[in-house]
Amino acid sequence: MKKGKRIRRLPFGAGLAVMILLLGAVVLGAACVGSADLRITDALRLLAAKLPGIGRAVDVSGIDRVYETILYRVRLPRILLSGLAGMGLSLTGAAFQGLFRNPLADPHILGVSSGAALGATLAMLFGGSSWLAGLSAVGLAAFAGGMAAVLAVYRIAGTGTGMRTMHLLLTGTAVNSLLSAVISLLMTRNREQLDRIYLWTLGSFNAASWAKVRFLMFFVPVFGALLFAAARELNLLAAGEDTAQTLGVSMKTTRRVIIASGTVLAAACVSVSGIIGFVGLIVPHCMRLMFGPDHRKLMPCSMLAGAAFLIFCDTLARTMAAPTDIPVGVVTSVFGAPYFIYLLYREKRAQR
Amino acid sequence: MKKTAGKKRRAGRAQAAAPEKPQKNGGGAPDPGIAVRALCWQPDAECAPVLDQVSLTLEPGHIYGILGPNGAGKSSLLKHILSLLPSKQTVFFNGEPVERKSSGELAKCFSYVPQDTLVEADFTVEELVLMGRSPWLRRFEAPGKRDVKLAEEAMRLTNCLQLKNRSVLRLSGGERQRAAAARAVAQDTKWIFLDEPVSSLDLKHQLELMEILERLCRERCTTVVIILHDINLALHYCDRLILMKEGRLFRCGPTGETATAETLSEVYGLDFAEFTAKDGAKYMLPRTFL
Repeated sequence: MKKGKRIRRLPFGAGLAVMILLLGAVVLGAACVGSADLRITDALRLLAAKLPGIGRAVDVSGIDRVYETILYRVRLPRILLSGLAGMGLSLTGAAFQGLFRNPLADPHILGVSSGAALGATLAMLFGGSSWLAGLSAVGLAAFAGGMAAVLAVYRIAGTGTGMRTMHLLLTGTAVNSLLSAVISLLMTRNREQLDRIYLWTLGSFNAASWAKVRFLMFFVPVFGALLFAAARELNLLAAGEDTAQTLGVSMKTTRRVIIASGTVLAAACVSVSGIIGFVGLIVPHCMRLMFGPDHRKLMPCSMLAGAAFLIFCDTLARTMAAPTDIPVGVVTSVFGAPYFIYLLYREKRAQR
Repeated sequence: MKKTAGKKRRAGRAQAAAPEKPQKNGGGAPDPGIAVRALCWQPDAECAPVLDQVSLTLEPGHIYGILGPNGAGKSSLLKHILSLLPSKQTVFFNGEPVERKSSGELAKCFSYVPQDTLVEADFTVEELVLMGRSPWLRRFEAPGKRDVKLAEEAMRLTNCLQLKNRSVLRLSGGERQRAAAARAVAQDTKWIFLDEPVSSLDLKHQLELMEILERLCRERCTTVVIILHDINLALHYCDRLILMKEGRLFRCGPTGETATAETLSEVYGLDFAEFTAKDGAKYMLPRTFL
């Protein structure tokens, strides 16, 4: 042991347990605070009453019906929606960082967010207000736009022989800036909608509804599971694409599955909340610094931490400047960035 | 369990193909082994082909050394055999085009130590070597005791057991090459392909790695295909040599007949001279350095 030392990592099982407790605490806290403060015990009873199995046994008769309405109708959908979006974005971020072997990769790198933003902008300017599966026209247009943008990027980058990761990333970046320019143009030509479009691109959960929760309840588990299934491939990819292939990874299939599931997941999250940056970039990084690069551990941890982080940020977003909302994307950056810088700083000091 | 199944399958195929087929163009290969039939590869239409009508057969049980100057197509040949590059049905393994096999199937037959052994995540050396076991595991199966034992043995063989808990990000180039070799050994395949695996090793570790490969060949009947730049290392350890020049196969055969002062001089464009040591070992040195 001359130079270098053993890698220090947090134990996975204990970490996971702590993360679950943390998520529970954040949910409970988020349920309590707001324009009408709930007592923790009341919130706990009301939440427990909704759990399958033990729900029947919980007595909620002593609690004011107003609180019940606030919690079930307003706060709970918002908590669940931000939690699910946090899970989806963090999972996608972890998978994309692994697939592209690029620490700057995040769910939006292939153009899903700018495509979604363009879709949403067009719907705001020209669309009606039809509803389908819990999504407004804006949400649906965002969902479709996000997926269309990534499909275009994938087709452009895949032209000719083989697919190069770097081509994909560069094409994604180019399409991102092109679409952003189009959105800016549309915004300046339609000043009366400028506020609405701009706020959408900053992300918010203030239009949360049970219908939207159900929408994510379908997409997050299904496509999240597909990403989980690729955990081993993502690990092998760390040794390079050629080596991974000689270890039994089918690059073509793996790339398609991860990009497709990640894109659907990110597009679904973005379509219910607008663009929320940072979560998908930072949460997987933090988890990697804590638990190491093994995706079989990294992905469950990222999922839980992403959910807790986004619920926390959204709670701040709706309480700090009540009764108005601060865009949640602002909060994620304001709170996430310093913490991440601290983690990087600590890591660099430890390496010295 | 799965491994023995794989072995049986391999053996079964070899037996089934025992009556030798007549060799026609593209009509298969003498089994078992690898046959390359008129492999051409031209990734860029405006440049000269990287591989030009390369045909050769690799038989099991040998140590093949691939020699040739930079850009002769050595790595490309290896990558085509490993199905990392599209070979358009010109590379056969046990009579079957390698492209028809899935990467999962191939990973149970071939292991590979690439030229570039950089790993971009903070895995420990042990975790990296255990990756070599993944072709034998089911999707959600964690490495078992046997896998850990095999990985440990591979690390002991390649002299990196003491690096076991170190981060691969903080290894030197040579340590990383040894870890990559350990991974390939842990993969426990009948064929092992190495692309300049000794390029950043010191002399002692170079010889050590070659000794390990020789032992694998002798004890486990592993066929070794190795790209080398050190001619004398190849003369010593390889019993078959493949000489390549400008994308073409120049010579292929037993080491003694293939590597003469004349052939090497022509392949490398240098004037080689042969020397014989007191113990009878042959050495080739370019005259310009004398």
